[in-house]
Amino acid sequence: MTDSVIDLGVLGLDAGGHLLIDRALAPMAPGQRLRVTGRDPHLVVHLAPWARARGHRVVDGDVIVRGDAGDRRWAAAVRAGGVGAVVERPPRSWGLAPRGALVEDGGPTLATADLSQRGEVWTDLAPKLYAQAAAGQWDPATAIDWSALASSPLPDEIEAAVVQVMTYLIENEQAALMIPSRFLARIHPHFREVIQFLATQIADEARHIEVFTRRASHSGQALGLSGAGGRASLQTLLDEPDWATASFLLSVLGEGTFLSLLAFIERFAPDPVTAQMAHLVLGDEARHVAFALGHLGEHLALDPGYRDRLRAATERRHDALASTSGLTPAVHDSLVVLAAGSWEPDAIAAGWRRVHDLQAEMDDGRRRRLVRLGYSDAEAAELSELHTRNFM
Amino acid sequence: MSRPLLLGAVAYDPKVVTIWDGFRTWLGKNGLPFDYILYSNYERQVLDLVAGRIDVAWNSPLAWVRTARLAPDTARAVVMRDTDRDLSSVIVVRSDSAVFGIDDLAGLVIGTGAVDSPQATLIPLAMLHRGDVLVQHFEVGVGLHGDHIGGERAAARALAAGEVDAACMIDSNHLLFSSEGTLPPGGTRVIARTDPYDHCNMSVCRSHTSLVDAFVALLLAMDYGDASVRPLLDLEGLTKWLPGRLSGYAQLEAAVDMFGFYDAKGEVTAVGYQP
Repeated sequence: MTDSVIDLGVLGLDAGGHLLIDRALAPMAPGQRLRVTGRDPHLVVHLAPWARARGHRVVDGDVIVRGDAGDRRWAAAVRAGGVGAVVERPPRSWGLAPRGALVEDGGPTLATADLSQRGEVWTDLAPKLYAQAAAGQWDPATAIDWSALASSPLPDEIEAAVVQVMTYLIENEQAALMIPSRFLARIHPHFREVIQFLATQIADEARHIEVFTRRASHSGQALGLSGAGGRASLQTLLDEPDWATASFLLSVLGEGTFLSLLAFIERFAPDPVTAQMAHLVLGDEARHVAFALGHLGEHLALDPGYRDRLRAATERRHDALASTSGLTPAVHDSLVVLAAGSWEPDAIAAGWRRVHDLQAEMDDGRRRRLVRLGYSDAEAAELSELHTRNFM
Repeated sequence: MSRPLLLGAVAYDPKVVTIWDGFRTWLGKNGLPFDYILYSNYERQVLDLVAGRIDVAWNSPLAWVRTARLAPDTARAVVMRDTDRDLSSVIVVRSDSAVFGIDDLAGLVIGTGAVDSPQATLIPLAMLHRGDVLVQHFEVGVGLHGDHIGGERAAARALAAGEVDAACMIDSNHLLFSSEGTLPPGGTRVIARTDPYDHCNMSVCRSHTSLVDAFVALLLAMDYGDASVRPLLDLEGLTKWLPGRLSGYAQLEAAVDMFGFYDAKGEVTAVGYQP
């Protein structure tokens, strides 16, 4: 006696016939019987080994007695949140399972994903910022009108100032690429949009390195100076092991400061290509800053005491860099020349004033962002003052 | 430290280490001191079991037949996989072949697995039971009693290439070879199928009873729903362990006698068999 019948027609088990059998077995209870009919000459020969391997039995040649191995495999499976629903603390045993998937228990534990608490990595802004980032990826080859460089070359000494600023920017973007790279693989894949966003951030920095390098090498001049003090400042960022702290130092303080710098370069650039690339890079960096403010804001709302750790990290970094020169003088002077546009004393005076104003504007921006993260005006002023002289 | 139960298994594939390492860990966690020894062939494993050097042998059906002949008073098959029961073997020809039954094979060449393969040589050739068919063994992994799939696959390839007129294989491998393309889709025809027979079992002889009992009880309690156990069962190819039974070895016993593979006392008598 059978409980159900499935006819496979001409379909054999060596050509997908099992799909129909599985479909017929799915609503049946263990122990119930399914007769399998069909015209494939090997149906009976193949039915027994197919069923055996799946914990079913075959009786009377063509009747499957449904087993429960398949059910038992999934009995302890859990849903990994929802496709749009982030949980507080996804277990590492979910591994690479997509958020919202039904996860079979067992399997490898994703040991590297130690950043696995919603409070420390997530921001509700992440999906939106990632979507913006994905839509805003620009092609260095076409987004910038490189031909404008060839038509009106700059005087050599102005070009040299641009090359020095570009050299500095490449170095800083290199650090900005490496820091999120180090943390990306430590974030639990459950926080998908955070990882996706960081991937775009890394791609952004790669693009920035490309365009700054192309601009720096356009005239054939050798690249500029890479001062030990600047590199020491960036090294402290690379050495920071804590995700939230690294994000605070790099994105809130460093990239936040760069927003002012890039706006300055866009405004005073001696050529349209430099202005155009500063404009494009500025848009990307603003997104990085917004993401960091988002996830740190949510982190600090849950753990207000973390503000003291971020403050202490800023002080530590300041102390570590106290004996270094900070911003390479050549970079500072090149910014002056870039903003002056010529070597006339009056122009240099104007350039000097503009760089001075830039630093005040950088300080103002840092303070605003620190206040947004819950620091008092006085604390914000103090912390902004401690930020590296290298800007990043 | 209490004496561990010592199991013998044949290393027919690198995964055997993974499997028995996993069992060792799991059994240990469940209170049974356990270790294992890997053998390069079943013949030495059987001799060691009978001599008491190991407590349990994870035996092929042919190794079980020999064990039972060497130690008829003490040999027991205590446990087996659900997938060890009621297998069958088939004799296959190309679809366009003029062979429609065993009698049509007279004077033709049939490809088999290794000489010691129960499923791809001994049992189907015993069913064939003809002296006028030329047998070509595909000797891959001799001594592994057909655990290595290579002999069957080579026979299947030879059939597809027209180098032999028929080939022997286990039912599951006919499905596998047809699915993966070793045999062309729709390109073969089954002309004979053996009666059901049983395959491997855990054999014991003069073993430490309480340890064996604990071992069997733990195996029978392994639950496919348990994620710590399931990977081991998947690797070993079962969904549950079942008590051993002896009702499924008659065809192989008859084949061993027919071809003189072992004598009645379990000595190897197969000519040229060198595991």
